[in-house]
Amino acid sequence: MERFQEVFTNAFPYLMDGLQMTIYIFLIAIVLGFIIGLIVALLRLSPIKILNWIAIWFINAIRGTPFIVQLFFIYFGLNSLAWISFDNVTAGIVTVAINAGAYFAEIIRAGIQSIDKGQTEAARSLGLTSSQTMRHVILPQAFRRMLPTFTNQSIISLKDTSLLSIIGVADLVQRGQVQTAATYAAFEIWFIVGVIYFILIYLLTLLSDFLERRFVLR
Amino acid sequence: MSIIQVKNLKKSFGDLEVLKDINVVIEEQEVLCVIGPSGSGKSTFLRCLNRLEDITDGQVIVDGNDITSKKTNINKVRENVGMVFQQFNLFPHKSVLENVLLAPMKVSKKNKEEAKAKALALLDKVGLKEKAESYPGELSGGQKQRVAIARALAMDPKIMLFDEPTSALDPEMVGDVLEVMKQLALEGMTMVVVTHEMGFAREVGDRVIFMDGGYIVEENEPNALFGNPQEERTQAFLSKVL
Ligand SMILES: Nc1ncnc2c1ncn2[C@@H]1O[C@H](COP(=O)(O)OP(=O)(O)OP(=O)(O)O)[C@@H](O)[C@H]1O
Ligand SMILES: [Mg+2]
Repeated sequence: MERFQEVFTNAFPYLMDGLQMTIYIFLIAIVLGFIIGLIVALLRLSPIKILNWIAIWFINAIRGTPFIVQLFFIYFGLNSLAWISFDNVTAGIVTVAINAGAYFAEIIRAGIQSIDKGQTEAARSLGLTSSQTMRHVILPQAFRRMLPTFTNQSIISLKDTSLLSIIGVADLVQRGQVQTAATYAAFEIWFIVGVIYFILIYLLTLLSDFLERRFVLR
Repeated sequence: MSIIQVKNLKKSFGDLEVLKDINVVIEEQEVLCVIGPSGSGKSTFLRCLNRLEDITDGQVIVDGNDITSKKTNINKVRENVGMVFQQFNLFPHKSVLENVLLAPMKVSKKNKEEAKAKALALLDKVGLKEKAESYPGELSGGQKQRVAIARALAMDPKIMLFDEPTSALDPEMVGDVLEVMKQLALEGMTMVVVTHEMGFAREVGDRVIFMDGGYIVEENEPNALFGNPQEERTQAFLSKVL
């Protein structure tokens, strides 16, 4: 117990730095991912064949390959091209965002399609354009319905950020590795890291529950 | 000129030809009721009048606009054509007032105060001013349908289309909705009403058309059509529903 306390006081500040990086990457990636998902979902539902096709292939490519391969492709693959260069944090954010974006796209598409077509007809019969109908009538209802699945995907993406340690991003896991090497207290360190992730994800679930209650479908 | 002209209207869903050759002219301030058996194409006909259904062939002219032409801005035409649905189709995430306000604010870009005063006046007219802050989920069917009527009226339409507005209602709710529609008719609104309420058609309608199998089989003023139907199919239908 004494040893645990010692490890805890020594390692904790470093782990907190890592946590900060994890949260920073997660927040930016999830917002970008949501925007990507929304755009891809609208392409997926658009009547224009070629846009449809692009969206379907984007989604299939992401769903059909491991996250780690996507990460290596973007960080090592794209970086090896002469005209492009970015650091590991950027590569990490971009990968998580694109990956989440593909899954969000499917969630958003299903959400949009779950809204009764009478809603669109009522809005269009009032003279709203199709984009006004989407914005004011369909999406607000679809988002509420999507919230639980949306939270699930966000949790998966949060866990995915832990893989960024492999390309040297100083996130929670990478700090854990450094601290383990320094203290040899693997059991204590990884236990603490696990608890921190657990709390973070628990907070996400609470936030989602709160939003769901706040915007309960009437 | 007549406010609606339908010439040789045809509508198919894939191989299924639902409207076969519809010709009808509707005058301003007229109340036209459409009756007929299930599946005869009544809703499809109504939905062609504001192009909720793509028109396969023929011509539909609404308030001087040929809505079969791709060049016509259909959104502009729809501003003048209100529609009321059997299933109400209120926006469940918006309050009653917001339902009524949406189109005036987003389509006509009216300022909020002006639009709100008008919306409240309309809700008052349908007897639901005190429900302005409620949500659709908190209303009865009859109240929902009256909100839907107010929502359509908020755009100051010249024409109102009704697709079986009372068919989804409990019997005791039907009267309130019909009363509101009757009031509208008295104020001179041009109305096309698909209905199973023969009493309403008889009392409020200026003219009734009987549809069957994608054709208009018979049309006449209500007393003549109900009292002395000429076609066999009309007689058979009326003997079942009256
Ligand atoms: N979107 C659609 N796709 C395919 N077929 C359709 C579609 N809408 C209607 N139909 C078919 O067209 C025919 C006419 O339908 P419509 O809804 O116009 O009839 P209706 O006279 O309004 O009947 P009801 O009294 O039951 O409402 C029916 O056979 C129906 O199955
Ligand atoms: Mg119908």
